[in-house]
Amino acid sequence: MRHLLSASDLSYAQTLSILDTAQEMARVSEGPVKKLPTLRGRTIVNLFYEDSTRTRISFEAAAKRLSADVINFSAKGSSISKGESLKDTALTLQAMGADAVILRHPASGAAHRLAESQWTNGSVINAGDGTHEHPTQGLLDAFTIRKHLRAGIGDLRGLTIAIVGDILHSRVARSNVILLSTLGAHVILVAPPTLLPLGVETWPAQVSYDLDATLPLVDAVMMLRIQQERMDDLFFPTAREYSHYYGLNNNRLKLMKSSSIIMHPGPMNRGLEITAESADSARSVIVEQVANGVSVRMAVLYLLLAGSPDEDGVLIS
Amino acid sequence: MTSYILKGGTLPNGEKSDIYIAGGLVAQIAGTITDPGASSAKKIDIAGCMVLPGLVDLHTHLREPGREEAETVASGARAAAKGGFTAVSAMANTFPVADTAGVVEQVYRLGQESGYCDVYPIGAVTQGLAGKALAELGAMADSEARVRVFSDDGNCIFDPIVMRRALEYVKKFNGVIAQHAQDPQMTKDSQMNEGVVSSRLGLKGWPAVAEEAIIARDILLADHVKSRLHVCHVTTAGGVEIIRWAKARGIQVTAEVTPHHLLLTDEYATSYDPIFKVNPPLRTKSDVMALREGLADGTIDIVATDHAPHPAESKECEWQVASFGMIGLESALSIVHATMVETSLMSWNDLADRMSYAPARIAGYEGHGQELRAGSNAHLTIINPTLSWKVDRDLGVSRSRNTPFHGMEFPGSVVATFFRGEPTVLNSQLVPSKAQNEI
Repeated sequence: MRHLLSASDLSYAQTLSILDTAQEMARVSEGPVKKLPTLRGRTIVNLFYEDSTRTRISFEAAAKRLSADVINFSAKGSSISKGESLKDTALTLQAMGADAVILRHPASGAAHRLAESQWTNGSVINAGDGTHEHPTQGLLDAFTIRKHLRAGIGDLRGLTIAIVGDILHSRVARSNVILLSTLGAHVILVAPPTLLPLGVETWPAQVSYDLDATLPLVDAVMMLRIQQERMDDLFFPTAREYSHYYGLNNNRLKLMKSSSIIMHPGPMNRGLEITAESADSARSVIVEQVANGVSVRMAVLYLLLAGSPDEDGVLIS
Repeated sequence: MTSYILKGGTLPNGEKSDIYIAGGLVAQIAGTITDPGASSAKKIDIAGCMVLPGLVDLHTHLREPGREEAETVASGARAAAKGGFTAVSAMANTFPVADTAGVVEQVYRLGQESGYCDVYPIGAVTQGLAGKALAELGAMADSEARVRVFSDDGNCIFDPIVMRRALEYVKKFNGVIAQHAQDPQMTKDSQMNEGVVSSRLGLKGWPAVAEEAIIARDILLADHVKSRLHVCHVTTAGGVEIIRWAKARGIQVTAEVTPHHLLLTDEYATSYDPIFKVNPPLRTKSDVMALREGLADGTIDIVATDHAPHPAESKECEWQVASFGMIGLESALSIVHATMVETSLMSWNDLADRMSYAPARIAGYEGHGQELRAGSNAHLTIINPTLSWKVDRDLGVSRSRNTPFHGMEFPGSVVATFFRGEPTVLNSQLVPSKAQNEI
């Protein structure tokens, strides 16, 4: 495996292998020496066409803990407005000897284009492409769920996980639906009909318009960020009405199983899709998701750059 | 002028005949040519080949003036000849826009100078393709280019009043409005067909209804003012159904389908390679099947290429940044052959109708689209139906390489094209322009 572009690139065995490796990485991060020499001498480029401090820092920390050299290349705005094409930027990075490019881009499919072009020889990791996918976010969410609800072992069979909000525009939702179903979880997508994509019935997930009816069933609920401009495009009438039907609040917390957890990929709109009480409640694992992000990204970098896993996804012998 | 005898070819109706070409005309079609003047004619053996009337394209982007790095009238005319066309229609979205008599006459003249086929300019319906004020349609119609087809192609004429007036106005000279049916509000920033694939890929969807709603509206307008509507590049099963309904009611509507919409589906977008990005977008398999059925039963009157050349940098980029469009002049005939004739949906006679007779009739291109008989103009396309070929973007005649068919193999290679009684393509090779008059 050379690139990570979509959660669908990962088999069941590979997914489990990444989660297991991430667990080892987490142990390293908790130890006195937080660094492994694995990627010494390798160059990893963070190529970010969108602002995303959280994801960039997470990848940077992951790469540095594996002793790689990290170059941060932040193209404010897009290649469109900058004038330089993705091709020319990629050729420049290739000339600098990048072993891996971590790409965040507003255009869906940008990571595919980079990986399938002849513009770079390095591995390409999709760190979020438009409204398509964000596979390492899916992995860190699965890691977090497994840690809390499966004691960090095995897959997610038997668990029910709701993803709530703007499914239509969410790359996090797309990666999670694929990844969680790969791991055997039952996924319920909850949103107003306007924010569900056409053909969603073909996805490996159940669909509901009713959050209150869904919450008692779930082991984990994942709240998605709602962007202001969606309201302007008439996807829902007002922020107040959205919160009323789809926001996670104190009353809704009471509908959930006591063992269930609350997740959010961040950044949150407190008061819109999630209230402060919910976000800060004992069941919230939102802050921990960030920490797990580093471990999972270490595992992915390790898999792509150091490991040579066979078909069964065996990483560490 | 050289005269020719084409020996042993098969006509669209299946008959085997020799064809004697002299003075720019088909002088005789017979088992044995008896014309006394034929003794000095150059004999060309075309046994096993199919002879078709010269193909006519009603939808071609030649990019000149303004985007000559992508295509010129001359390079586009050569690509047309290579693909078996003897007449093409240059769309109006050039820089400057072909919305005045001056620009359409320039394009017309460049076509005449090329010598490879007739180039008929299509005039813009509105000034600057802006959809607001009518261009001087009368002046273009009366110009040397004698424009009869008007289109804002690339843009939809969205304002129903503008569309109504345009339909009415062109009745004066039996013109036709060729509409690019795309509701711009429903397709803002749209990238591909809205459906299962776009949802998976996270590319903004382009709903079928955005096309069908405009087709339905325009059909009702054309009926109301009793004028002629031509629907460009129909892509949806629903669109075919609406046009079928309109024809049953006797409304004067004609429609076209492109070769790429007869063959490709939105699944190709899965590669995120914008070589498959086109407007209107590739649709689903059931749409493709409905288009083929519509073309076979005559609901869709013609095949038109929507040949849309773009320079390399317009496609070597992210999908969203890339330009819409694909070239198609050189592959059109083979794709129709593969999708319609080899599938037994259409006969060769039907193909001659959809790619020659009908487009010439719709556009009023007198002298083109004539059945092959003694006295008709010698515009001919000769193909070897048993010879298949592989599309190679680097071997094309067009100045641009943006073909989605690179590497695909198709039946039916164009062996020769005759334009005004002289070959523009011979032995599958483009005849060099200088030598052309001396053959």
